[in-house]
Amino acid sequence: MRELAPGRVLIYLIVSLIAATWLAPLAVVVLNSLRTNEEIAQGSMIGWPQHLAWSNYAAAWSGFCVAETCAGIRPYMLNSALVTIPATIFSTLLGAVAGYAVSLWRFRGDNWIYGIVTLGLFLPQQMRLLPWTIVLRDIGLINTLTGLVLIHTIQGLSFTTLFCRNYYVAIPHELIRAARIDGAGFFRIFWRIILPLSPPILIVTVIWQFTHIWNEFLYGVTFTNGQQQPVTAALIALSAAVADIPQHGVQSAAVIIAALPTLLIYLLGGRYFVRGLTAGAVK
Amino acid sequence: MTNAVSTKPGRPAASDLVRRLPEYLMIWVPLLLCAVHLVSFSLWTIWISFTPSTLVPVSGWVGLRNYTAVLASRNWQIAFDNLLLFGSAFVLLSAVTGLVLAILLDQRIRGENALRSIFLYPLAVSFVVTGTVWSWLLNPGIGIQKLVHDLGWTSFKFDWLIDRDMAIWTIVIAAIWQSSGFAMALFLAGLRSVDADIIKAAQIDGAGPIRTYWRIILPTLWPITITVVVVQLQFAISAFDLVRALTNGGPGIATQLPALVVYDLMFQRSLLGRGAAAAVLMLLILLAVLLPYAAWRYVQKRRATHA
Repeated sequence: MRELAPGRVLIYLIVSLIAATWLAPLAVVVLNSLRTNEEIAQGSMIGWPQHLAWSNYAAAWSGFCVAETCAGIRPYMLNSALVTIPATIFSTLLGAVAGYAVSLWRFRGDNWIYGIVTLGLFLPQQMRLLPWTIVLRDIGLINTLTGLVLIHTIQGLSFTTLFCRNYYVAIPHELIRAARIDGAGFFRIFWRIILPLSPPILIVTVIWQFTHIWNEFLYGVTFTNGQQQPVTAALIALSAAVADIPQHGVQSAAVIIAALPTLLIYLLGGRYFVRGLTAGAVK
Repeated sequence: MTNAVSTKPGRPAASDLVRRLPEYLMIWVPLLLCAVHLVSFSLWTIWISFTPSTLVPVSGWVGLRNYTAVLASRNWQIAFDNLLLFGSAFVLLSAVTGLVLAILLDQRIRGENALRSIFLYPLAVSFVVTGTVWSWLLNPGIGIQKLVHDLGWTSFKFDWLIDRDMAIWTIVIAAIWQSSGFAMALFLAGLRSVDADIIKAAQIDGAGPIRTYWRIILPTLWPITITVVVVQLQFAISAFDLVRALTNGGPGIATQLPALVVYDLMFQRSLLGRGAAAAVLMLLILLAVLLPYAAWRYVQKRRATHA
């Protein structure tokens, strides 16, 4: 191995220091999730577990009480899954079809409607809060998971259509033209030609949608309450519920559990995650 | 792309229409739902902002009274000042942090992939989680200050979370931690796309690494910098979850931000007209950032096609 120049040593030193800072919050929460509430109360949030209190995870998963219900974080995790998974699938599939229609099939008014749909990337949620409240109440979906699925599917279309459209415009139009001359219709071309070319963009879109819907808070807390809330809203309710007698060990375990699905997806699909980030930025 | 495929249908025959109904439905229904909800919801919220609605939406016209009431309220004034401070501090610091990280990672160092993952992982967790965790770390009773006290330095003070004047900086800290990785990813992609020949030419001319960066490489990054700034500003203007979890607007209303004011007016005080007015004000702030950006993008694109 060749000798490291002092300049290189300095670079490694700085990078490691910053990396340690970035990892510290995660490390603190993981360590705390293994310390008992008493142990944390005696010292600070930052410390090494004296013995591993795995019981925090059991309590966080199915024990502690939010409001009057003592079922842990499990029902809220289930709510989040029941909202996130269908909304991700619907918005991705519909976005793929729409992106294909706008980029390759072309139809009267396509540029117009695509332009309006992509405005959804910028419109603040606050502009839609009241109308959604009224629409959901009128169709009887206020305080239901179905209502949240509907919202995230319709709003997600702005992102999924953009992602897929930008990917599909690179497909040579001759491919589509030839298929049409052979008599293939809209769906057959989508099924036989477009979908087989789509896995990379579908993975990017699914990861993006899953992460965003799972992490979403404002709609969850506005349109649902009590037992219907997603896990982000439940975490806030938990902090409020234990404000008098903090249970930092159990709360840390709950935070880890709530963050785990998106963290796992990030670890497994990091490359696609980053691609979604940059694609979303250069809209 | 207008000359893509000559498939724009003419006026189709009736039988053709029936046969192709499924594809029309599949194309139009989702797109129309999305477009119609965007336009009608926006217009409806704007309309409500001019009505005397309180608990329920009512028709009527009060002119700009809701706007003047919101603008005159202490809540909004504090929120707006906070937005200016938080927005500029966060955007500037996260862009600088992201740029420094990108330059460091660009030095062909070992473990670049692992390091990149470390700087980006906060983007995968929710603002609620970030806010909760930082509220523990920054809480003087149980966080960093307590740790330092326990280690023996008892006069150490780091209590911004409960200090009215400094609390907004805790949000800046958490937001930088969460989203500098995003700036880093964009800057790194920009650094990697700088023409290697130009760099080599500069080195042959005797430019050192710092000079090469300062004079040759960094100037190529400014379009990316603008994108980073605009995206981060967009987040800052609508920031809600992070503040809700970290300070909940407190102590008092010291860390109030526009999105919290909107929520408070709409759902806690049931002043729908004023809440809608505050939401429209948020939209206007956002447009003040996005419209110049869109104009700039348009000019860039035209220049690129003419060149």
